[in-house]
Amino acid sequence: MADFNNTNLADFSGVWVFCEQRQGKLQPTVLELISEARKLADDMGTEVCGLLLGGKGVADSMAKELGAYGADKVLVCESDLLDTYTTDAYAKVICDTVMAKKPEILLIAATNIGRDLGPRCAARLHTGLTADCTHLDVDVEKYAAFLQEASTLPQAQLDALNREDRNLKMTRPAFGGHLMATIICPRFRPQMATVRPGVLKKGEYNEAKANAVVVEPVAFELSDADIKTKVLEVVKEAKELVDLTGAEVVVSVGRGISKDVETGIKLAEELAGLFGGVVGGSRAAIDSGWLTADHQVGQTGKTVHPKLYVALGISGAIQHKAGMQDSECIVAVNKSDSAPIFDVADYGICGDLFKVVPMMIDAIKAAKEAK
Amino acid sequence: MKAIVCVKQVPDTSGKVAVNPDGTLNRASMATIINPDDLNAVEAALKLKDASGCKVVVVTMGPPPAEGMLRELIAMGADEGVLVSGREFGGSDTFATSQILAAAIKNIGVEADDIVFCGRQAIDGDTAQVGSQIAEKLNIPQISYAADVKVDGTTVTVKRMLEDGHMTIETQTPCLLTCIKELNTPRYMSLGGIMDCYSKPVSVLDYNALKDDPLIDPTTIGLKGSPTNIFKSFTPPQKGQGKMLEGADKATCETLAAELLKKHII
Repeated sequence: MADFNNTNLADFSGVWVFCEQRQGKLQPTVLELISEARKLADDMGTEVCGLLLGGKGVADSMAKELGAYGADKVLVCESDLLDTYTTDAYAKVICDTVMAKKPEILLIAATNIGRDLGPRCAARLHTGLTADCTHLDVDVEKYAAFLQEASTLPQAQLDALNREDRNLKMTRPAFGGHLMATIICPRFRPQMATVRPGVLKKGEYNEAKANAVVVEPVAFELSDADIKTKVLEVVKEAKELVDLTGAEVVVSVGRGISKDVETGIKLAEELAGLFGGVVGGSRAAIDSGWLTADHQVGQTGKTVHPKLYVALGISGAIQHKAGMQDSECIVAVNKSDSAPIFDVADYGICGDLFKVVPMMIDAIKAAKEAK
Repeated sequence: MKAIVCVKQVPDTSGKVAVNPDGTLNRASMATIINPDDLNAVEAALKLKDASGCKVVVVTMGPPPAEGMLRELIAMGADEGVLVSGREFGGSDTFATSQILAAAIKNIGVEADDIVFCGRQAIDGDTAQVGSQIAEKLNIPQISYAADVKVDGTTVTVKRMLEDGHMTIETQTPCLLTCIKELNTPRYMSLGGIMDCYSKPVSVLDYNALKDDPLIDPTTIGLKGSPTNIFKSFTPPQKGQGKMLEGADKATCETLAAELLKKHII
């Protein structure tokens, strides 16, 4: 493998996106990646390839959509053995294809599957992988502009950046968002990143590009003997999925509702319902069993950036803030005026949420009617 | 049969995280803990020991004080500790770390019915990469996000979590599993275990002990052997001070509603 990476770095070109599908359905976050790949490829003057693995006929329904959001080409690997995800089969086909075609960048969504697959491939290809990125740049001018917004670095440091640098600059939060790190992989290719779902923005649907997309079947070798794991069943939980990342308003509850959990959740639901939003929770609320894990906002839960985030009885540990501090407007209600949640809140109310929230509901109802 | 568990000592990020003026992390100001997911991995191995009487070996890479953590794990019930420690290993990214840990695990020896347990991810780096990369270096199958594990002879059946459900996956030993908190509740150290923990073996593997392994090479370990480098690290600007609304009465809520209306949020 190291041989593959001893070759000239200039031999590598193109931005690839691993297009994750489950049971023949494209994961929505892939379109965010394709849109981002489009921007990077435009800056580099190269093309965007979607890499799609699955059962027979998998590309039929997806190629156009991938094209519409920016893919020039969709490389398709079809086999019954790829119908359901297995680390062994996917890693083999992806690594063999990468070694044959040499992309410069390979992006993977940081889903439970992407985070299983990415490191296995990076280890086999002998290249670097940056996990859970939230920002990507190739162009130095754009990177400097990003730093100006998102960092406290002095201007002199931004001016000192090498304008010729064409490496992918992969930025990710570390230590719960207290520190940001930009990682590069200068000596090996492809430059690989997994990207946190829900962070990058999906572009506009482009009908002309959808029709122009090229579908290219890829030949590969794969047999039963390559796959050392056997998937006995795939179970989709019957419960309705909470679309936290897509919601415009999130009302979250934390340990502060412990006094009367049922009422606390009911109040949060009522408030969320008023805005057409959804209910989330801190890890404390999930670990106590008040809400299921798919409601969890934070470092180990979901990252959200809704228009309005309401934190009810959440102290604001950094693990929680990491998942919500980029919300456009944050309202916090907490009994303690020294709760760290107030450091990121746009509006803070110090008081008992069981008293405040019903009044809030009335006031918002009234304001809406008066509008 | 034996269980090998990879464990990491991490700064306790649940307390105050202090950042130096130059934008690096002030590690000295933080207490160290055993990475939470790794405790679930240790517990899974100890459950296997309870059921089958197998040996449990805990492995960590870190500075010499990490030995204390290995003693704690022995006090929980592990049989043996291995500390992988050396200046040459410093500055490793996940690729280099997995090279070193895989070499250390080969040094311990992986037999046909062994299982390697890791945590899903460490709370300091949050990459969730090392387990998967160790499995690749050892050329054994991996199952990540394990929420339930059943071992029957050499057959391992795992409930693997997905965002919207789960898969049931079967594989054969030797294999590597990465564990999540849903898997179990880690046990406490036992009093007897604490009494005995200093009489059980903890060995140290340094560069010289591992250097003959093909995985260990100056170009594949440490800072120089890491494919990724930190290009810049920085602190995000503090968000502008928000507005504390005085009082917690009806008027306060009306003010809030008016502000939200003004901002076109409602």
